[in-house]
Amino acid sequence: MEFATGSSPHKIGPQNVTRVMGMVLLALVPGTLAMWWYFGWGVLINLMIAVTAAVVAEAAVMSLRGRDARPVLLDLSAVVTAWLLALALPPLLPWWQTVLGSMFAIVVVKQLFGGIGYNPFNPAMAGYVLLLVSFPVTMTRWLPPDVVSGQALSLADSLHIIFSGTPPLGQTWDTLSSATPLDQMRSELSENRMISEIRQSPLWGDFGGRGWEWIGNWFLLGGLFLLWRRVINWRIPASMLGSLLLVSGLFWAIDPETHPFPAFHLFSGAAILGAFFIATDPVSASTTPKGQLIYGALIGLFVFIIRTWGGYPDAVAFSVLLLNMAAPTIDYYTQPRVFGQRKHDDA
Amino acid sequence: MDDGYRRIWLDGLWSNNQALVALLGLCPLLAVSNTLINGLGLGLATTLVLTLSNVSVSLIRNWVRPEIRLPVFVLIIASFVTTVELVMNAYFHGLYKVLGIFIPLIVTNCAIIGRAEAFASRNPIPRALHDGLAIGIGFTLALVVLGGGRELIGQGTLFDGAHLMFGEVARDWRWSVGEAYPGLLIAILPPGAFIGLGLMIALKNIIDKRLTGAKPVPTDQPEQAVPTSA
Repeated sequence: MEFATGSSPHKIGPQNVTRVMGMVLLALVPGTLAMWWYFGWGVLINLMIAVTAAVVAEAAVMSLRGRDARPVLLDLSAVVTAWLLALALPPLLPWWQTVLGSMFAIVVVKQLFGGIGYNPFNPAMAGYVLLLVSFPVTMTRWLPPDVVSGQALSLADSLHIIFSGTPPLGQTWDTLSSATPLDQMRSELSENRMISEIRQSPLWGDFGGRGWEWIGNWFLLGGLFLLWRRVINWRIPASMLGSLLLVSGLFWAIDPETHPFPAFHLFSGAAILGAFFIATDPVSASTTPKGQLIYGALIGLFVFIIRTWGGYPDAVAFSVLLLNMAAPTIDYYTQPRVFGQRKHDDA
Repeated sequence: MDDGYRRIWLDGLWSNNQALVALLGLCPLLAVSNTLINGLGLGLATTLVLTLSNVSVSLIRNWVRPEIRLPVFVLIIASFVTTVELVMNAYFHGLYKVLGIFIPLIVTNCAIIGRAEAFASRNPIPRALHDGLAIGIGFTLALVVLGGGRELIGQGTLFDGAHLMFGEVARDWRWSVGEAYPGLLIAILPPGAFIGLGLMIALKNIIDKRLTGAKPVPTDQPEQAVPTSA
């Protein structure tokens, strides 16, 4: 009688890429709906464009490489990449720029390095940075949330703007767009205004900009869902947000009139989205337990540094890419001790 | 031309191209290749220095003791670079100002000392001369292609600034795809140089593979890797 003998692993868990990516997408839904609520149809249109471009690009590269495209497309990783990219884009970005960023993320950043599991950089953030660096004008043309502007663009208007690249009749970009809270804070601080004075404006809510601050909450909800389903673990989000809070709290304590309070940093820009969805990318992030704490903490620190003294208002994408570069080194120095190995065994 | 020279030229232009195969001289290659003319200017200056230094090194190869050969090579290269810098300052002042620090930095271009060490110090003068020209032109071609590609994608023009090099008649050479082209700024910025060079090397490898007739064998990719919780 013979028993089938296979090699390990003998017990296979229920997680697989499709399931993980599906869960990430599910967790992104509340935050995405919140963005649609505050910024209108542009968010969803961007999403459609980016996902389509990413899937087409992925299929094209797989067929160029002579491989079966179906399993790769079904694992949903391209959709997650495109979705994250779309959330980072201004709602009325011209369509071809969205397509370009999405294709760059998939073709150059992901597939040229070998496809899923081989990319040293987070594809969505690399695509975003490509666009931000290449098209500074359109990429900083954010809309005010409709609770602030009191007007909402119709679906037809949004489509018109995205596909023609021009504002609708009777409107100009100046009346449509407005600075993001981080940008606003930054430019007013550079004019030597006090924070208590800046916050008089109706733009501001309890923590960050009105409207904006709520989006962070909805992404937080999705992030907690991912933590609960064990798709991500707590180390990177906790250390990233923790270090951001700590550093900004320190500066705020020194001078609350020139440094925004810590909750502002947390609920502005992409801090929460980045902490739960972007920095935790299992491929490009650090993988050792201690390494993840260092990785997250350094991202938080860089976010604060670049936001405060850097050339761009938000910094999550740059910080994540910087730390992607450092991740292999961090992993090298934080390898957990193998059970039974002595502490300073350099073998 | 006998077979030895054919080999030298083939190596310099293609199979041992310093930019695409040896990956030497990347500092000027990446930094200056933002327009076609810049690339051409620096490439020609490098070719000039390379040829002169190759010939000089070959000329003295039997008298220089191996222990002190490197300082001697560096001195020779530095003298030629200084000469080229002064000449460019005098006759191509506009280009000189655009290329800036990268003209004196030709002295640190490892391709030059590499050829002095690996080729010129072991070969007679005519062969060293041919090698200097071949390697230099190969490097220039890589610079021109990379510079032209980056300029075209980055700002939608070609031959921008040609008058810096060829005088006022060349001002009309500037060719543009149209004023409406928005320009992909990243191609002109440093990341564009790295991505562009990477693509050029990939293209060369593809062509080489086609030439040798070997079909690329797809390596087996493991089934969907399972990322456990991050």
